[in-house]
Amino acid sequence: MEVKVFFFGGLAEITGEGCIRVPEVRDTDELIARLQVQYQALSQTRYRVVVNNRMIQENTSLDQQAEVALLPPFSGG
Amino acid sequence: MLDIDMAARYQRQIALRQFGLEGQRKLLEAKVLIIGAGGLGCPALLYLAAAGVGHIGIADGDMISLSNLHRQVLYGMADLGYSKAVIAAKKLRELNPDITITEHPVMLTPENAIDVIDRYQYIVDGTDNFPSRYMINDACQILGKPWVYGSVSQFEGQVAIFNVPDKEGNGIDYRDLFPIPPDNGDVLNCEEAGVLGVVPGMIGILQAAELLKLISGMDKTLVNRLITFNMLTHTLLIAQLVPSLPRSGVPKDREAFRKMDYGNRCSPRLAAVEINASRFRELAQQGQATIIDVREAGELAGLETFRHIRIPISSLKDHLAEIKGETIVFCCQSGKRSLEAASLLIAKWGDTAHIYSLKGGISQLTD
Repeated sequence: MEVKVFFFGGLAEITGEGCIRVPEVRDTDELIARLQVQYQALSQTRYRVVVNNRMIQENTSLDQQAEVALLPPFSGG
Repeated sequence: MLDIDMAARYQRQIALRQFGLEGQRKLLEAKVLIIGAGGLGCPALLYLAAAGVGHIGIADGDMISLSNLHRQVLYGMADLGYSKAVIAAKKLRELNPDITITEHPVMLTPENAIDVIDRYQYIVDGTDNFPSRYMINDACQILGKPWVYGSVSQFEGQVAIFNVPDKEGNGIDYRDLFPIPPDNGDVLNCEEAGVLGVVPGMIGILQAAELLKLISGMDKTLVNRLITFNMLTHTLLIAQLVPSLPRSGVPKDREAFRKMDYGNRCSPRLAAVEINASRFRELAQQGQATIIDVREAGELAGLETFRHIRIPISSLKDHLAEIKGETIVFCCQSGKRSLEAASLLIAKWGDTAHIYSLKGGISQLTD
């Protein structure tokens, strides 16, 4: 299995990618932990996690082909 | 019933089955407040006024400056230095004289926000900072008003409708989306991050579209949902929002709201506003402005008809503390040194006063 992860706003600058694929990951806690190892600046950044078009509050299991998005707040207008 | 002119003006949208005469009637009866007549507010205002929203309020305490014009499409060169709320209202009255436009040329604060917002049924967020959005959110919570959120950064934008109960009676708000207000340093503001003018254009129009759907009673609005769109990659995300529990931060009543400290607006570093000769004369005649000639002693005169003080630019830094007033206008021979002087004072005072420089200098006054 493999999940797709989309980075929005300044997060895409941290990762250098708008979208990556992450193999063999069970849930969002595991995903975030792995992303924070790969991109250390992520741990100092605030964002919300969306799984399959629904914002989540707590650890959520990821099915095959799950799509995850990380959304930081932004303030311009 | 609509009169014949009105029926003609709105014919193309009345022809829509989902909108119709009933939708138009609802629009004409609606009272909408746009907070912030900037990058988001300008396009939203244009379309809401054109569509025939019957009463539109415009709240903005800012003046128009040159760096606004790439995205704030209601304004032109002749408007530099004037109030955004006043100029926006004037342009929209020309566009649609059948509707009522009310300008509120003030910055909304916890002291005045409830009074202004309470006069309207729907609120559109056209602000450019977090503290204002948390403030709008809380005021709308207390007053039970729906609001259309919009925000941009670089090539991306977000839109959602908050504070409208869904079928289960759950209303989501900004504190469900981002429960903890970011620190000032957390997120780059528009000036630091930059923004392509079309991005707030698209997002502001999307906010207007969602509001038109909401007022006219169409289905499938962004109630409790968030759209995030990236113009560069065309990535579009629609996320269902859920309540964030436990909820905290919303003041419990009007009195508590009034005492809230929403922090600094982390507004962009301010640029000096250049004004033309006719605006200069207006300010001088009103008599409220402090006019400062920054030319060196012994330079040509030309300012005799206006009450002014002289502080040469070479010694301005030592005399900043002597400058007093809510409106300060600098002038010099060509407009270069006065712009430098205005920037100096802005660096010192921030946005606590209106600080201007006479564009083109004193020679413009004699033409």
